[in-house]
Amino acid sequence: MITITHYLVLSAILFTVGVIGVLIRRNAIIIFMCIELMLNAVNLSFVACAHYLNSMQGQLFVFFTMTVAAAEAAVGLAIIVAVFRNKETVNIDDINIMKW
Amino acid sequence: MSEYLFYIVAAITVTTAVYLIFEKNPVFGALYLIQTMVSLAVLYILLEAQFVAAVQIIVYAGAIMVLFLFVIMLLNLDIKEEARNALPFQRIPAILMGIALFTVICIVIRSKLLQGKQDQYTTAYVQSIGNTKLIGNLLFTDYLLPFEITSILLFVAAIGAIMLAKRKL
Repeated sequence: MITITHYLVLSAILFTVGVIGVLIRRNAIIIFMCIELMLNAVNLSFVACAHYLNSMQGQLFVFFTMTVAAAEAAVGLAIIVAVFRNKETVNIDDINIMKW
Repeated sequence: MSEYLFYIVAAITVTTAVYLIFEKNPVFGALYLIQTMVSLAVLYILLEAQFVAAVQIIVYAGAIMVLFLFVIMLLNLDIKEEARNALPFQRIPAILMGIALFTVICIVIRSKLLQGKQDQYTTAYVQSIGNTKLIGNLLFTDYLLPFEITSILLFVAAIGAIMLAKRKL
């Protein structure tokens, strides 16, 4: 029997993997993909809670999350393209002009 | 049957997610992330959220990941670039902190903090009307204002992306 705990733990694992990816990688695009992975993990827990509570709100909220993720991907990738045009790199160690 | 399916798909999801964060080549990383999203769509079908599963494949695996692959190929990155790392000692503490975060989340899941009210949308009720029809009804009645604000958000994001990507303003 698969309970809600299975899905929530899977969601926690995916979120943790996303957090570790953001912390250890230096490529801005990979960091961005890890953020998408974290958003997906949260979506999974929304849908799992909606299913086990016989609710519809979780599924509806997933759409709003997806919209925000799409907007974030469009703007973020535009920023990465703009940075690459100025610096010729997407390694975040080189993008430190706003650091103190 | 669906139990085995859950374990198999969950294993695929976690494996591809771990491959993503250790993959040197961003193109392969994007492909791993597409597989993660398709596996999540299978899990949504197991959770009887068919419309969300379809949207997941169309929007995430289709639109957003194609955008990522497009940008990766547009930038034409040097794979050796990644080898230069100013903070190599950050890796082990990061993994330890990730494990600590996972432990905290598991404690919260196991505690009785997460309680919810049962709603009326049981599986039989949803199947008698249809998942997509119910979501559409709710989106255009109870959630009309968030839906409209979402459209404004997408509009602003499209304008912002064009302005940022423009060479000369």
